[in-house]
Amino acid sequence: MTEAAAHGAHPPGFAHQFEDMQQQREAGNLGMWVFLVTEILFFGGMFTAYIVYRLLHYESFVTGSHLLEVKFGATNTYVLICSSLTMALAIRSAQTGKRKGQIIFWLILTMIFGALFLGLKFTFEWRHDYIEHIVPGFGFQYRPEWGSLGPGVQMFMCFYFFMTGMHAVHMIVGLGILTVLVIMTARNKFSPGYYAPLEISGLYWHFVDIVWIFLFALLYLIGGRY
Amino acid sequence: MSEHSEHTGHVVPVRTYLLVFFALMAGTALTTAVAYIDLGRWNTVVALAIAFTKMCLVILFFMHVKYATGLTRVVILCGFFWLAIMITLTLSDELTRVWEINPSGWSALLPFASRLL
Repeated sequence: MTEAAAHGAHPPGFAHQFEDMQQQREAGNLGMWVFLVTEILFFGGMFTAYIVYRLLHYESFVTGSHLLEVKFGATNTYVLICSSLTMALAIRSAQTGKRKGQIIFWLILTMIFGALFLGLKFTFEWRHDYIEHIVPGFGFQYRPEWGSLGPGVQMFMCFYFFMTGMHAVHMIVGLGILTVLVIMTARNKFSPGYYAPLEISGLYWHFVDIVWIFLFALLYLIGGRY
Repeated sequence: MSEHSEHTGHVVPVRTYLLVFFALMAGTALTTAVAYIDLGRWNTVVALAIAFTKMCLVILFFMHVKYATGLTRVVILCGFFWLAIMITLTLSDELTRVWEINPSGWSALLPFASRLL
């Protein structure tokens, strides 16, 4: 069999080292999950540090948590869940062989929700924090009512900005990936037989959603709000 | 293992996605509401339990792990197992340190242990 004939026999997107598309798809998903496991441990390191410092400075962390606005955190949680749904629907559209316009519609909607999340965070929440002088390194001011809790409050705000900041970086990367997916979809790269980039990017997007679910619970709702 | 011989993988019904979506939205509303009720240390337990439930819903349905191969599931469980090792071993050190010149015995650990919740 000539080289050209061998290529012609393959479905689009099929890589030669695999037995069939099913095996290729499972290998791809497995590989992405191995990467996500390293991400679990990456964020896990920060969560572990958070747990330790929360044990040492519990009252400070509660005081710091009460400086954050629950409405911002809750709104962003809703927005991210919406984006996860639209991402799942984008993949489903590709699986079921819908028109590429429909896939692009769901992908763009996902991007809008992702951008909305970042927009709310940067322009409302972090601006609010800056005006309140609770951004470490950018005009952070101790308040008299904190007393000896002050350094612990600053520590909490450091955790808050590093963890939500690292999450925001992942969101920005996700938006870049979604842009590439839109271009690939427009170029007819996907079919019901091959949509691996969509599926694997979806795993990443949902993972970032999960990280936020825990950040919301641990940073905003810690120790109650009553 | 997927029961489909097709290459497309498992197609989850839109209805399932919507149910999971509404469950996640309801969970967010619930966890926010519960934070305003004084449950003492149970506030943290409830918040984490709801977050864990939401995570499971996302992993199983949005991330298709309910329909994934056994190998993929084992890899995911290993990831969470290593996370558990990291947290457990760190705390086994942290919680058994007594920050006193003259340690007053195991009772000194109780304030630290109780702050876990």
